[in-house]
Amino acid sequence: MMCSHEKMTGSVMSEISADMSVRTAQAGGFYEVVRQLQDVDVQAACMAADGYRVRQALAKDTLSPEDFLALLSPAARPYMESMAHKARDVTVRQFGRTIQLFTPLYLSNWCTNRCVYCSFNACSGIDRMQLDAAGVLREGQAIAATGLRHLLLLTGEAPAKASVDYIRDCVRVLRPLFPSLSIEVYALTEPEYRTLAVAGVDGMTLFQETYNEALYPSLHPAGPKSNYHFRLGAPERACRAGMRNVNIGALLGLDQWQRDAFMTGMHALWLQHRYPGVDIAVSLPRMRPYAGSFQPVCDVDDRALVQILLAMRLFLPRCGITISTRERPAFRDNLIPLGVTRMSAGVSTAVGGHAESEHSSVGQFEISDPRSVDEVVEAVSRAGYQAVFKDWHPLEDSCAV
Amino acid sequence: MEHTTTHNNDPLVLGGRALESRLFIGTGKYGSDSLIPRVAEASGAQVITVALRRVDMQAAAGNVMQHIPQHMQLLPNTSGARTAEEAVRIARLARAAGCGDWIKIEVISDSRYLLPDGYETAKATEILARDGFVVLPYMNPDLYVARDLVSAGAAAVMPLGAPIGTNRGLRTQEMIGILIEEIELPVIVDAGIGRPSQACEAMEMGAAACLVNTAIASAGDPVLMASAFGAAVRAGRRAWLAGTGAVLEGQAQASSPLLGFLDS
Repeated sequence: MMCSHEKMTGSVMSEISADMSVRTAQAGGFYEVVRQLQDVDVQAACMAADGYRVRQALAKDTLSPEDFLALLSPAARPYMESMAHKARDVTVRQFGRTIQLFTPLYLSNWCTNRCVYCSFNACSGIDRMQLDAAGVLREGQAIAATGLRHLLLLTGEAPAKASVDYIRDCVRVLRPLFPSLSIEVYALTEPEYRTLAVAGVDGMTLFQETYNEALYPSLHPAGPKSNYHFRLGAPERACRAGMRNVNIGALLGLDQWQRDAFMTGMHALWLQHRYPGVDIAVSLPRMRPYAGSFQPVCDVDDRALVQILLAMRLFLPRCGITISTRERPAFRDNLIPLGVTRMSAGVSTAVGGHAESEHSSVGQFEISDPRSVDEVVEAVSRAGYQAVFKDWHPLEDSCAV
Repeated sequence: MEHTTTHNNDPLVLGGRALESRLFIGTGKYGSDSLIPRVAEASGAQVITVALRRVDMQAAAGNVMQHIPQHMQLLPNTSGARTAEEAVRIARLARAAGCGDWIKIEVISDSRYLLPDGYETAKATEILARDGFVVLPYMNPDLYVARDLVSAGAAAVMPLGAPIGTNRGLRTQEMIGILIEEIELPVIVDAGIGRPSQACEAMEMGAAACLVNTAIASAGDPVLMASAFGAAVRAGRRAWLAGTGAVLEGQAQASSPLLGFLDS
């Protein structure tokens, strides 16, 4: 006879399963999935999973959304060692014993948004800076001298200052130095993404911050970023515009982490199905101290972050996973064999922070891993892995090998 | 006493080169590129594939190419190409970079399963063969695609045994068998082979060679595993040359024959 607990678990899970339109949602984009899941208490379903459900998930090669949720549940905690071994083996088969390195280059910290958790908030009193072409080149040269070949360009959201044309001009300055250039800027339209793709940008990173539509306005009270729907559709627009890599994520801690981790995985799966030619990746950023006083809703401790990493790897075996310098060195090093495929190194979150340390701005957030590129390479090597500096070659005719 | 490959009178001729080893290896997924020369030596392989997108010719600290033994035949691959046009560009970049005329075509536009696109692969093969490349296309073991590749000028066909990186073995064995039967070009089994016994089985079937990367690079001891694969491929080839004995299917021979009446 089925106990009431099992009945509840089965009931909620089947509700999720019935609503799971990952393969079919068309016209409404991923928001159609978000809207359908609003009728389901994902958090309750996660809390209701039991050990039997976790063991079922662990026995599979291809996990369903319900399996993913079970691996994010408290019931999975006793099984994390098994999850870790499986995640390691899956990752080595798919990606090898390699970690691809990159670093962010902050172009501008001007911002019109008022995200309550961010130092670049329009209301914060920080000094504002924007690199000119000469400054961009100096920063690029300083980074290239470390051997890095993959670069992530960042701006705040102030299109009147850091316009798409400005970003494109920066790309033109940096293209000869870096075979791979990605952007982490404000949400753009499809033609704007296409402009940058044509200029030589091959990757796009954008975090939804939280998938909780009801919570989102209180965290983003003003500025263009307050438009939840426009931001949610940005990764799909980037896929359509010709980006080769699209990296998504939620800022873990803004909402219950199980829910945002689950929605991140669902979003990645949806993008993989809709745009099979694009490499979809996820980042797992946690809230970090910054120049402000916002306290996260939810504490994402180390064990929780590891659980998210393992569950994500098993749910999405071919998905790239990035761990940033938000995490401290020893912890990052321990994550290397657990499913991570990309790490940042030699990081500054300040505008001008690589070449102009005396004239750089306040960083977007405090980094926890200040190690140089060489030090990160050494740490990766100690873990038995190889740091990969170059994993893409631009195909424009003018580019030399 | 075991014969070594140096006494091999059964070379695989590709692109005008006679190869004594029928094991091809890769350069990806190693925890350190410094393992590559040791893996190459232990395996006895003479052909090694490298993804051009991972080669950094400008790197001050060197790149993967410096770890590839000089005697080996370089087989650049077009990993990362989503279309025939991109594969052609990568091949030409490889040639311009001094990587030679051999090219392994990989055209993959599905990031979930990494399955090759037969139509785009055939288009790229035709263009590159016309350009004088020795073209080795990675493919699904589909007879029609294989015939297109033959017509397009491929030097060999490289069907997958299982989805790339899975180590699941010869899941497509029946289809590979059909290619071996029907296609006059060498059939080189690429992708999915997880254990030396599976490489041996592919060779026993009549495959011309095997390309193995993940199973070696992800092994606990890649050098020892490379040695095991080298031996397995040699054994499988010898078994095929020797002609394996007939397999008796079903029940043993009946003691009361059904056709005894013909002799009575």
